[in-house]
Amino acid sequence: MRFAHEPGNLLIVDDNKVNRILLARGLQQDGHKVEVAENGRLGLEKLRAGSFDLVLLDIEMPEMNGYQVLETCLQEPELRDIPIIMTSSLDEIDSVVKCVELGAEDYLNKPVNPILLRARVNASLEKKRLRDEQRKLFRTFATKEVADELLKSGFSLGGKYVNASVMFADIRSYTTYTENEDPTEIIELLNDYFALMFDAITSYHGTVNQMAGDGLMAIFGAPIHRDDHCEQAVRAALEMIELLEGFNQERAAMNKTQIKIGIGIASGRVIAGYTGTQHRATYTCVGDTVNLAARLEAQTKVIGEPILIESATRMAMGDGFKVKSHGPIQLKGKTVEVEVFSVLIGQKV
Amino acid sequence: MSVIDKAAFDELKQMSGADFINELIDAFLDDAPHMISEMQAALATNDVESFRRNAHSLKSNANTFGALELAVLAKELEFMGKENNLDIGNRLEVLNEALGKVAEELKGMRA
Repeated sequence: MRFAHEPGNLLIVDDNKVNRILLARGLQQDGHKVEVAENGRLGLEKLRAGSFDLVLLDIEMPEMNGYQVLETCLQEPELRDIPIIMTSSLDEIDSVVKCVELGAEDYLNKPVNPILLRARVNASLEKKRLRDEQRKLFRTFATKEVADELLKSGFSLGGKYVNASVMFADIRSYTTYTENEDPTEIIELLNDYFALMFDAITSYHGTVNQMAGDGLMAIFGAPIHRDDHCEQAVRAALEMIELLEGFNQERAAMNKTQIKIGIGIASGRVIAGYTGTQHRATYTCVGDTVNLAARLEAQTKVIGEPILIESATRMAMGDGFKVKSHGPIQLKGKTVEVEVFSVLIGQKV
Repeated sequence: MSVIDKAAFDELKQMSGADFINELIDAFLDDAPHMISEMQAALATNDVESFRRNAHSLKSNANTFGALELAVLAKELEFMGKENNLDIGNRLEVLNEALGKVAEELKGMRA
């Protein structure tokens, strides 16, 4: 038999043996791994001890009923994300409504129709896989506090306007460098470099949301709003340069090529949200502010200063920094000139 | 006279497969008498909750096998339990008798 879907680890909680067999056999035939529990209390014990992708939960049970199990699961961080499908007879519709309102994923009427059973189980497993992947992806990109906050508040997939600071960073002369270096060396360098940059960005509450080659994009002030996102972004940039100095000294001692980076920061309204497909999603920002940050980063090559910002960031970042004005500059892709400033290194207060 | 609805039973058999209809029937024949004795015990100790839950379970299984009359009798008792009314007259004996007929017929329907 061929399985149309990825198998999952399922738990069936039902005090009725006929129902347990009826549910279990069909799902086992579909390739799922199935465990059963005879009442709510035992079900909860199995849930806490094991690792399940989905629960089929009866409502009427001795010791602990389905309603109590559902409530307990929703309160426990380790169990909260396991989808629960309520199984009930038609005349329990009031309880079912209550369960779905409370947070049950779906419901099935007993006697269970096997086609509906498969469809609901596979749909729920698929949804869980997508959520798991989003979370995993998110944990690699975001700070722990941001990830925790988002996991707590739930994922909003729709885009919205937010005020944020956007940072682009890139290695200077990366192309010439890669032409002369051993591939293993290059990957090693990139890994060390990204580790340092992530450290600096996350310690100032930023979220790295894109990496491409040697470049990265980070957001400050979103997905969780902070009033001081401009200041945090600039402090992160200074920290990045400082960390890179130490990194270069180490490389110089080992007779390896040293690297320089350029950083552009712009602040303002951006459209933020999750983008991607059903299988790959990431938190990202788009809009003029994002384009401007990218242009400023490119402009560091022309001006020869490592950190460039525009007036919005300069005005909001506070007095703790020394800056130098480079006047209004016509940036590529911009219709009006933009006032550009460099943030001076070693001048942070 | 048949006490099992042929259409409902055939549907169950079709979705469960011939092999496993026997396992289902055996599970029911095992469990159902327990449910009735649990109801009897609940009646003696005035445990309305257990009485109602066991009636509910029996009703649910009766529906699964197409034992429609048994399901109606069990549902009536479940309802009385819900209403906190254990003044059930001879309904439990009637239920037990109905279960006997259903069990007899199901035994003959094993594949």
